[in-house]
Amino acid sequence: MEIARSQRRTPAVADVVLGLPLYRSAPELQVRLEDFELFAIDRLRVLKGISDGLSRGKKPDEVETLVRDLLKSNMSHPQASEVINKDIISHFVLRLVYCRTEELRKWFLSMETTLFRYRFRLESSEVQRALMAEFDLPYKAVSNAEFENVKEKLGQVADSIGPKKKSMPNADTIFYKVPFEEVPELVAGRRVFLLKGYAYVAMNQVSSLVVTRFRSHLSKALVLTNRKWTSTIREREADRLTPIVESLSTSYLGPDYSQPREFAEISLKDIDQLAKSSFPLCMRHLFEKVKVVVIQSVLLLLHHKSIIKKNFPGVGLKLDDALAFWKAEFSRKIGAERFDKEYAYGIRHNYGKEGKRTDYTPYSCQKIISSTPGVGDHHGCPFRHFRSAR
Amino acid sequence: MTGDEAGNGRDDMLIDGCEPEPSQENAVPDGFNADYLKVYYGKLFPHDDMFRWMSYGNDGKHPGCDQSYFGRREFSFTLDNDIYLRFQSFNSASDMEKSINEKCPFKIDIGPVYNVDPAKRHAYAQAGDNGFTPVERELVFDVDITDYDDVRYCCSGADVCLDCWPLMTVAIKVIDSGLRDDFGFNHILWVYSGRRGVHCWVCDGKARRLNNEQRAAIADYFRVYKGNENSQKKVTLMGHALHPFLARSYSEVLQKFFEGKLLCSQKLFSHEERFEKILDMIPDEKVKFAAATSELRGKWLESRRTSISKEDINIARWGTLKKTLHLRSKKVLGLGRCVEEIVFSYAYPRLDMEVSKHMNHLLKAPFCIHPKTGRVCVPIDPDCCEEFDPTTVPTLAELLGELNMGVMRSDGNDEWDKTSLGKSVRYFRSYFLQPLLKSCKEEIESSYNAKLQESKNSLSW
Repeated sequence: MEIARSQRRTPAVADVVLGLPLYRSAPELQVRLEDFELFAIDRLRVLKGISDGLSRGKKPDEVETLVRDLLKSNMSHPQASEVINKDIISHFVLRLVYCRTEELRKWFLSMETTLFRYRFRLESSEVQRALMAEFDLPYKAVSNAEFENVKEKLGQVADSIGPKKKSMPNADTIFYKVPFEEVPELVAGRRVFLLKGYAYVAMNQVSSLVVTRFRSHLSKALVLTNRKWTSTIREREADRLTPIVESLSTSYLGPDYSQPREFAEISLKDIDQLAKSSFPLCMRHLFEKVKVVVIQSVLLLLHHKSIIKKNFPGVGLKLDDALAFWKAEFSRKIGAERFDKEYAYGIRHNYGKEGKRTDYTPYSCQKIISSTPGVGDHHGCPFRHFRSAR
Repeated sequence: MTGDEAGNGRDDMLIDGCEPEPSQENAVPDGFNADYLKVYYGKLFPHDDMFRWMSYGNDGKHPGCDQSYFGRREFSFTLDNDIYLRFQSFNSASDMEKSINEKCPFKIDIGPVYNVDPAKRHAYAQAGDNGFTPVERELVFDVDITDYDDVRYCCSGADVCLDCWPLMTVAIKVIDSGLRDDFGFNHILWVYSGRRGVHCWVCDGKARRLNNEQRAAIADYFRVYKGNENSQKKVTLMGHALHPFLARSYSEVLQKFFEGKLLCSQKLFSHEERFEKILDMIPDEKVKFAAATSELRGKWLESRRTSISKEDINIARWGTLKKTLHLRSKKVLGLGRCVEEIVFSYAYPRLDMEVSKHMNHLLKAPFCIHPKTGRVCVPIDPDCCEEFDPTTVPTLAELLGELNMGVMRSDGNDEWDKTSLGKSVRYFRSYFLQPLLKSCKEEIESSYNAKLQESKNSLSW
């Protein structure tokens, strides 16, 4: 892909199957610098929309509608022939943007995979079959003779997952026989018949198969792109693309806590006040519980502390202050000496001073929402997990 | 078998390090201590077999062998006083044996094979993304009898007796058949955990290379029981039919076991609080069922004193319950699964999911000694797991007693052969290790040949 200020453009249809690109190689085409950034922002809106939808716990049907709407409002182009190019260009620009850290890669991989999954679902079965061929999946449809042997079992599986009416596969239903490793989702849900290491995947389940391929391919590509970025591109494009790329990932994802902190540090004496005024609701609840609960039982705490602890570095509390806080809270119950022995390590670990020495970033909303607090747990998202007060 | 029948025990024939004076001729007093353990590691522990297992054929001469393979495996030792030594690694069999004999660990755990020698992990930790990561690990399962506490009445906690142990036997049968028939694995080792459960090691190359997502998928495939203190029904079977795996488990193992054994051994219907628990599992939203269950309840409470019938009360009541449910379920949709749900709740294996899901989870090595019971973690043959009796597994003290007897008879390298550990080691070798190493060798050769072919092709270009 070449970036140019000129208007020359060649279509990049090589890798496209009826409107759904697979993004397997960067297209040979020239892109205007304005488009480079604008297309990327449009796509980012789509991915961000999906991310928001998922964290609100939308059901598959709702996500499907959401994806369709997001694509329509952001990814269209005045010239119909340019839609595909916009799709491809924006993907590769964001790949560059989101290849740079593990966390960015994870987010991008997960969102692009989700986007692909739903786009695949929206396609007709002809296109789906074409896509399967395009991925060069080495699977053959189960032959008639083999089908007869396992027909009963396949029927049983269909009955166990779906409503009775559309069950009973017949010889017209196409099944693919694939190694079970390729369809972990279907295996986990017992939605396929397994025999000697092979899963019998029905035509309407192939999205799982294709999506797994898509995901693993993109995952590898992101790591490679990262290598290229750090070794050559960043230097070479220092005064042209690099600033755009580096600003894109942060401008739409809120503050990036993984960067060195320039903002103010807080000290221990302010933390009670700050908890009331500035902690997010989930943290404030946890903080208050910690203070009360410590007095009742230390045991209860063992679990939550990992969550609240992890968030302290992100708040800006210095390590020494954090140690002092936990020591003060804990020693009421267990004594300072036991605290030093059993818990101080864990806190220093959170600040990246022990063990693998990672500076932990606070848990994101996504992570807290998707956690499942058990009995006696106080963490979780207040909006999702807490029962409304009557 | 403490060897007390042997009448020929002079003190100077005792093994070094057995300080406590034996009360009987050759018997060694029960217990577990570092001195006993030293002798065990020195004379009985099958170091060599463990090394060959963990090498997976890479200790051979074939050019395709990866000589660094064994050295990248993490071992972890738990010493006396709960001192934990992680990331131990060894270059050779003798290196491992020496370290085990020297440190005399109370427990040996086996971790994954990493991309680099775990001892040098700090040097690679800074390298970024793939600096130090696990690359291979057996697929493992852990079943613990303590997870069945709500359905067994004979024991609780870490205690096990012959009435509740069959729950483990059922777990072995169900999981083993799933691993072999559904997932196509062949090299599976079941091990007694030394006290209250069993461990499973799936060692096929394909299994060792699974990623975390695939491991979690397999664990989920086996999961039926969803434990949660707040919901009464812990097994919910949806749909119009059971998945073939569940149907097979039910008809081949669970039903027979529940009706033939568990009903009576746990007296599931003899006491009010016990049959209440079962009646609670029947959904009572449906009026017809609520009526049925309360009718049964009334009948059973009344007949408490006059239950001197020929048939076992548990079997009789289960029969009545089934008949009642069967009659009504024809009329009310969605109740047909009820009988199966009860059986699955009581008898289906309950796995510790976290152990199986992640590559870097540690698991206790076979042939360790459980510090609390003194029993050896011996392999269990899944084909005759019914015969396995946890209460007769050799203990450390028994083995040392046998060793004292054996010392006089002959000298040889394989001291274990003279003790009751012998049959476990022989099973491990001939039923697990030999077939495993054979297929490892084939795999190494074929992947080497494929590589050769590939490089030839690229040369000819």
